[in-house]
Amino acid sequence: MDFLQLFLELAQSTIRLSTPLILAALAGLFTERAGVFDIGLEGKMLGGAFAAGTVAFIAQSAMAGLLAAVVVSILLSLVHGYASITQRGNQIVSGVAINFIVAGSTVILGEAWFRQGGRTPALAEAARFQEIDLPFAEALRGVPLIGPIYADLISGHAALTYFAFLMVPVTWWILYRTRFGLRLRAVGENPGAVDTAGISVVWMRYRGVICCGILCGVAGAYLSLAANAGWTKGMTAGKGYIALAALIFAKWRPVPVMFACLLFGFLDAFAIRYQGTPLPLVGKVPVQLMQALPYILTVILLAGFIGKAIPPKAGGVPYVKER
Amino acid sequence: MGELAIELKGIDKSFGLVHANRDINLQVRKGTIHGIIGENGAGKSTLMSILYGFYQADSGEILVDGRPVQIRDPNAAIAAGIGMVHQHFMLVENFTVLENVMLGAEESRILNAGIAKARAELKRLEKEYALEVNPDAVIEELPVGLQQRVEILKALYRKADILILDEPTGVLTPAEADHLFRILEQLKAQGKTIILITHKLREIMAITDEVSVMRRGEMVATRETDKTSVEELAELMVGRRVLLRVQKGEAQPGDVKLSVSNLTVRDSRGVTMVDNVSFDLRAGEIVGIAGVAGNGQSELLEAIAGIRRAVSGSVALNGEAIDVTGHADPAELRRRGLAHVPEDRHHVGLVLKFEESENAILGYHDDPKYRRGLLLDIDAIRADAEEKIEKYDIRPPNTRLKTANFSGGNQQKIVLAREMERDPDVLIIGQPTRGVDVGAIEFIHKRIIEMRDQGKAVLLVSVELDEIRALSDRILVMFAGRIVGERGPDATEGELGLLMAGVEGRKEAAE
Amino acid sequence: MSVPYAKLPGWVEYGLIPLVNLIVAFMVAGLVVLVVGESPLEAAYHMVNGAFGRGEYIGFTLYYATTFIFTGLAVAVAFHAGLFNIGGEGQAYVAGIGVALACLWLDRIMPWYVVFPVAILGAALFGAAWAFLPGWFQAKRGSHIVITTIMFNFIAASLMNYMLNRVMKPLGSMSLETRTFDTGGQLPKLDWLMKIFGLSVGTSPFNVTFLLALAAAFGVWVLIWRTRLGYEMRTMGHSPAAARYAGIKEARIIVITMMISGALAGMMALNPIMGETYRMQLDFVQGAGFVGIAVALMGRSHPAGIIPAAILFGVLYQGGAEISFEMPSISRDMIVIIQGLVILFAGALEHMFRPAITAAVLAFSGRERTEAAVKGA
Repeated sequence: MDFLQLFLELAQSTIRLSTPLILAALAGLFTERAGVFDIGLEGKMLGGAFAAGTVAFIAQSAMAGLLAAVVVSILLSLVHGYASITQRGNQIVSGVAINFIVAGSTVILGEAWFRQGGRTPALAEAARFQEIDLPFAEALRGVPLIGPIYADLISGHAALTYFAFLMVPVTWWILYRTRFGLRLRAVGENPGAVDTAGISVVWMRYRGVICCGILCGVAGAYLSLAANAGWTKGMTAGKGYIALAALIFAKWRPVPVMFACLLFGFLDAFAIRYQGTPLPLVGKVPVQLMQALPYILTVILLAGFIGKAIPPKAGGVPYVKER
Repeated sequence: MGELAIELKGIDKSFGLVHANRDINLQVRKGTIHGIIGENGAGKSTLMSILYGFYQADSGEILVDGRPVQIRDPNAAIAAGIGMVHQHFMLVENFTVLENVMLGAEESRILNAGIAKARAELKRLEKEYALEVNPDAVIEELPVGLQQRVEILKALYRKADILILDEPTGVLTPAEADHLFRILEQLKAQGKTIILITHKLREIMAITDEVSVMRRGEMVATRETDKTSVEELAELMVGRRVLLRVQKGEAQPGDVKLSVSNLTVRDSRGVTMVDNVSFDLRAGEIVGIAGVAGNGQSELLEAIAGIRRAVSGSVALNGEAIDVTGHADPAELRRRGLAHVPEDRHHVGLVLKFEESENAILGYHDDPKYRRGLLLDIDAIRADAEEKIEKYDIRPPNTRLKTANFSGGNQQKIVLAREMERDPDVLIIGQPTRGVDVGAIEFIHKRIIEMRDQGKAVLLVSVELDEIRALSDRILVMFAGRIVGERGPDATEGELGLLMAGVEGRKEAAE
Repeated sequence: MSVPYAKLPGWVEYGLIPLVNLIVAFMVAGLVVLVVGESPLEAAYHMVNGAFGRGEYIGFTLYYATTFIFTGLAVAVAFHAGLFNIGGEGQAYVAGIGVALACLWLDRIMPWYVVFPVAILGAALFGAAWAFLPGWFQAKRGSHIVITTIMFNFIAASLMNYMLNRVMKPLGSMSLETRTFDTGGQLPKLDWLMKIFGLSVGTSPFNVTFLLALAAAFGVWVLIWRTRLGYEMRTMGHSPAAARYAGIKEARIIVITMMISGALAGMMALNPIMGETYRMQLDFVQGAGFVGIAVALMGRSHPAGIIPAAILFGVLYQGGAEISFEMPSISRDMIVIIQGLVILFAGALEHMFRPAITAAVLAFSGRERTEAAVKGA
């Protein structure tokens, strides 16, 4: 049963590492499907993580932390929305700017408020999201195969993890089964069609951007309140960009987003677990290659060597009524 | 007979300094097909965009069914029972027909509730108006004619009683256009009011009950279609302009310089724009291509100039083939003696953010005379530009001024000077005087004649019939991508107008 | 509608509007200082003092500016051809290999003035090579250069980590860096230059790379405004349709532009590796590639604007160090905030204050033009 044990360990850390990716990638999906490109997922997530760590410590409440993360992240996405929708500025430039502003200000504020060298104070149990044991997890552990999978893999994650995986079908449902989703997809493909149908393009896009803010906030809260016990400097460590890569990899569709994130999370987990261990067939794979793999795969996909990632047609382009 | 479905009173609209609509009055009777005709830029589309709430009029009043209404946005237009089929379809290409029809009229927050209803309603509309289309087909996989049908269904689904169609046949094949007209007849029979915007006289004559003519932002006349003629409408559209008579002698045609045979060009959507066109252009003559805009002239010019790939056919310049179906290189064509004044000087012929002198070498920047060692010889370039400014009287005479700050006429002179002063063998010119003031027009026309008299072969494309007639030694008329007739310079406006409308041409081609 | 903005005189367009954007960025940064409970004015004093107070400080300021001139030029060159190269960070990082190889190979047998040109070549080649693929993918496969260059930054980070871990680290060493170069791999400081002004470099690593940066700025000016290639790049950047009409080969220009951009970013690596630490260390780029974006936006992609913008960021980096020394609650991360704010206000929101400034300027310069402008806007 050694193999099962190994598999469970890997799968478990894959899920843990994928959770923030899924949340951030779904966040990106909402805004990019609305035609507003966002390379500022990283910054929003980091801002959210900081707000969560700070407020959760002060209020000693995980929920308060979560709420703060969402609020801060929404505010940041509104800045992006204002620059790219209202001011019709360059969306890439705006996203880059937000990443820097957050990277700098979280450190400055964190240091000013807590003086702990780039971290918020360690959170007590009550101020974090606890791992939840699903019903009968212990009772079923003895059942061969299914038992351990249920007890160790499916059970025992933080609420936000379940939320992230739940958001995959929910996002799918919103996107393809609601009026909001229909209009959101339309505004990213042909804003002219939305405008002539009597719907406000600007408001639709702002709503997409706000949805992005909410989910990025949750992703940030997961990092500081569930995966760790507080915020640390630069804790997103490129996860926002990996999420962006996953979003492109999944061709802007919710269910493939989950699989792409699981794949990238798995690569990460695998790299951590098998650092320096020789593998059958390929021998010793440098851990750096494993780390770079998500990016390499995305580049290859973008270049059209495996399928073709076609972004929403009106993405990146500010809407101007044509004469 | 007839109540009014739409009445416009004193509509006025300006964009910056452009007065797009001046004091427009229009009455459209209920249950009729009302044509609005005019040349490109006459203000038809602006007027209809105002009626659909896309723009707000600066002043004026709109009455629908006799009641004054405020149309602030497309929602208000939809509520007033107005639907619009845009020239460029407002469809989401990767959506299904059903999704496109529902967009903005979904009934409820959850789609499922509305879908069944929408499907049923679509079925009903299909039956009632013979507008069959598979509701689950994805738009980008449908032919253009069916996409347009979806646009019509969208309007009907929103219970439009008044339907505006903006240049609906521009992208259709003749068969598709005929089908569209049958649909419109059907809609009229059901009591709908239809406003048809077009610049095609044939369509007006074929289908409308009444027709209003617009010219340069003004509504110049309204006629009952039965009681007017193509000739009268053509004249109203064009207006009695100051006739531009240019002094010129007999042409002395020499050798064939440019030979086009069986050239076929498709646009990015796969619609055939130039259809098996052949002609020769000789030294010392001006051949004018007349035609209503959008009949393939632009694509013909671009294919010859090497900036649009042709599907089949061949072009020879000075007896040597140009690789028009492969990788024709505009830079190489220039070296071989082809000069090109493009139709769109703002986006193609000039870089508006460049200094004047920089635009004076666009396309010829490879010339060694503009180089000193590895670098561009700025002094030589500016001296060269100054010479041209002098010769072409470009104002203000400042080689360092940004090109965007010159007037339209002077911008055009910058392009003409660049292309003409290279002593080309063949000069192809698109819309030489579009957006150019009267003073400059005369100057430009004289230059073109001079080029001919120097023995250059000139191919001229213009939607200004006057210009074609004043300059050309031979006139080819293009309609629907084909050359439908050739006339001498003494051809009457009416004669050419009929060819341009595709009326006479069909017969001629058949003979 | 067709004329969105009234025409403005050059000093407003290139002077006043960027200045207003910059001032707003600094005012917002000042707010952050206030929130932290410190005085923005005091911070400003420490910053200026820290950047210019002594010859040594000026040396540090110009040392940082050297780096930012390169990365700013890299972003600017790409901007001129309508490309957004976010990959300067990765290109500079990989270029470190070129510099290090030259030094490891020659530092013991050749003087610095022989090693330096080889290292320049190495930096440019490795930087260009790392920019080649994103350019080629955009030109031939249509993948978006912004995303590809971002991905290449991360791939570069992994690659360099591997290189320093497995290949370029001396045997038995624990820290991730190459061996320290001998004199041949150490660039001379510019003390003679400082002496002219009666100053001393002190311990600052202000070195000859600065002169190379100035030469590169001049070279970029020549390239963009005085060569056919530059002319073709600008034509494509302003109007792809006009470029096609003029017979300019789009794919070729994209690839060449990206390689030049990458080479410029790559040359940044000379400054820290041969000018300061005399070895290649992990993460030696330290975000300079991204600072280049802010520098290029502020300098309006013109070398004459990029040099002062780079010096401004040099002031921020050096002065920022001084602030963090004097006012511990304001660490050097303050610079990152200002950098972001400059990118936001000089880049994404560059037109925000334009209507107001336009109205103000025209109000001063006559009634009738004001009316025309209002109609136009």
